[in-house]
Amino acid sequence: MAFIDYYSILGVTKKATEGDIKKAYRKLARKYHPDLNPNDKEAEQKFKEINEANEVLSNPENRKKYDDHGEHWQHAEAYEKAKQQQKQNAQQQTYQGDFGGYSESDFSDFFSATFGGSKAKGGRREAKFRGQDFNAKLELNLEDVYRSHKQTLTVNAKNIRITIPAGVENGQIIKIKGHGGKGVNGGPNGDLYIEFSIRNTTQFRRDGSNLYASVDLDIYKALLGGEITVDTIDGKVKLTVKPETQNGTKVKLTGKGFPKYKKEGQFGDLYVTYSIKMPVNLSAKEKELFTELSKLR
Amino acid sequence: MNTTNLISIQHFCTHYKVPITFITALQEYELVEITVTDNEHYLRTNQIYDLEKMIRLHYELHINLEGIDAIYNLLKQVESLQSQVKTLKNKLNSYEDL
Repeated sequence: MAFIDYYSILGVTKKATEGDIKKAYRKLARKYHPDLNPNDKEAEQKFKEINEANEVLSNPENRKKYDDHGEHWQHAEAYEKAKQQQKQNAQQQTYQGDFGGYSESDFSDFFSATFGGSKAKGGRREAKFRGQDFNAKLELNLEDVYRSHKQTLTVNAKNIRITIPAGVENGQIIKIKGHGGKGVNGGPNGDLYIEFSIRNTTQFRRDGSNLYASVDLDIYKALLGGEITVDTIDGKVKLTVKPETQNGTKVKLTGKGFPKYKKEGQFGDLYVTYSIKMPVNLSAKEKELFTELSKLR
Repeated sequence: MNTTNLISIQHFCTHYKVPITFITALQEYELVEITVTDNEHYLRTNQIYDLEKMIRLHYELHINLEGIDAIYNLLKQVESLQSQVKTLKNKLNSYEDL
């Protein structure tokens, strides 16, 4: 648990007036508010720090405590205990303000240790707000999202069984309603956002629902044509190669691509590019025959 | 009319502790749509997420309605650009993996 310099977070000096703090907080809150910085984790973290700094410095009681004990916050608790024992009938300090939709986990350990709880006296609007949205990342292989399947995730010590739809994209985010943080003042729960990170270790290049692959072809099959077996993501298929096929020729295998997201039964296409391999280490006989062939053209 | 996916403005404003004039002002800026059924004014429930955001912008960050209007439109652009970046990154990754 490290000491947090709330003054430097807000960019004000220790001599800053209440007005200076309010002004600095508003300016920074407008810059880093999560509503204004969608999907920006850094801004979200910065906003939490700013909020915490403001909760302490904008409240004269908290600010005094921070100024008195801040640098030596480890001793603050013991100091407070001793003080409370001396004043047996003194009112117990409670910190129960509303905090604009942010949960306990949004406060640093330093804040909790120094101010004895998750929430400082705030005097904010006591409206009912949705709970905080949670974000999670789920790593899967490309093959895992070829078919829709159910998976159990553990988020904040709770097990959630979700359906992972076939065809989900790398970086795609899905929302699981109501599985975020608890609502504030009886407001609804936040949502859980799951970002998919899809690893592709297959031979296929994916672009949406289309797949691309390169298939090696020997010179004889390319010249004379014939049948080859090609791997698709769902198994092997037989393909007829036309005679005199050129290097780089593309063949479309309709419906052999990846499933289309949320379109059951619909698939993209597989594009196969032929890469013709020239024979190497020719034998004397082969050389002779190729020479003969070359003379025919 | 089926009101399953609607929430009365009165109810919404009581719940979120905002004046009804705030919602009507948002409507003037075409930031929310109000549905009128049997002389009762409603909001669609799928607008609640955006409305909560606008309440926070106005009451927590003290941004006026003109500001909310500008921000709302810019955020839509940001979201669209983020989605494009994601698609392009995926395309680029697939070439880099080759």
